Amino acid sequence: MSLKGSSGMRVRILVSFKETVLDPQGQTVKNALLTLGYGFVKDVRQGKVFEIALDGITEEEARRAIPEIADKVLANPIIEKFTWEILTEPKRV
Amino acid sequence: MKFGVVVFPGSNCDYDTLFVLKNVLRQPAVFLWHKDHDLQGVDCVILPGGFSYGDYLRSGAIARFSPLMQEVREFAERGGLVLGICNGFQVLLELGLLPGAMLRNKGLKFLCQFVHLRVDNPETQFTRRARRGQVLRLPIAHFDGHYFSPPETLRNIEENGQVVLRYVDEKGVPTEAANVNGSAASIAGLINRRGNVLGIMPHPERASEALLGSEDGLLIFESLVRL
Repeated sequence: MSLKGSSGMRVRILVSFKETVLDPQGQTVKNALLTLGYGFVKDVRQGKVFEIALDGITEEEARRAIPEIADKVLANPIIEKFTWEILTEPKRV
Repeated sequence: MKFGVVVFPGSNCDYDTLFVLKNVLRQPAVFLWHKDHDLQGVDCVILPGGFSYGDYLRSGAIARFSPLMQEVREFAERGGLVLGICNGFQVLLELGLLPGAMLRNKGLKFLCQFVHLRVDNPETQFTRRARRGQVLRLPIAHFDGHYFSPPETLRNIEENGQVVLRYVDEKGVPTEAANVNGSAASIAGLINRRGNVLGIMPHPERASEALLGSEDGLLIFESLVRL
């Protein structure tokens, strides 16, 4: 279901290191948590969050464009992976 | 031999590089502004060190989209000589002109120090004045110099002799301690298969005059100039 000219859509993209890539920053955070006594912490992976506001495209178009943006710019596919979600349903015009 | 030094917002080794080219090597050299589309007929493009676009997103990730970088990409594809130093190396990786990516240094510290590097491929236009196995002493200054590439890429790189410089100890041995940033296979300098695009983490422009503690950097520039 696509809505032409919809606006108010927001997407959240989460970029993090692939499992095969060492994440020393996550390791450091984990060690800090263990030092603080949170012994149940098993692993920490650190990433980046992008929230992008969209305007003038349909949800269908957004579903095509967002992974493209993430793959081309926001994440470096050699070392990073990403997930994304639409935060707000488009307003009906 | 005419050199062009690309200037991005946040480049900070551009003047040092231009100085060495003009005043030490006595070669014609110009700055190339990142927003231009003109390479001004240079024979070699140098992407200097610094923090282009504040290292936002990832080191070198934004500079890659500069108008001039499209020209540089075409220049490289035609066989033009491109040297990326430090941040310039990161830009070349992001641009895909060299394989792999940079991660944060293994110790999570910004490293600013002299290191020893071994020339593992002296048969490039950038290192032809070196002997195989020659050990150079050059400074590094970076946060993201921990070279990474998937195992199969790494294998290809090694098989094709694309590793030009490696972090080693004084005797030329690639020990874990000498590999200060944790790079895969101690890689400090990497060339493309065609042999016209080289990325290096150390700064030869900071070690091209005896006054600055080392002249080993001249070896790279002089190889290019074909003295």
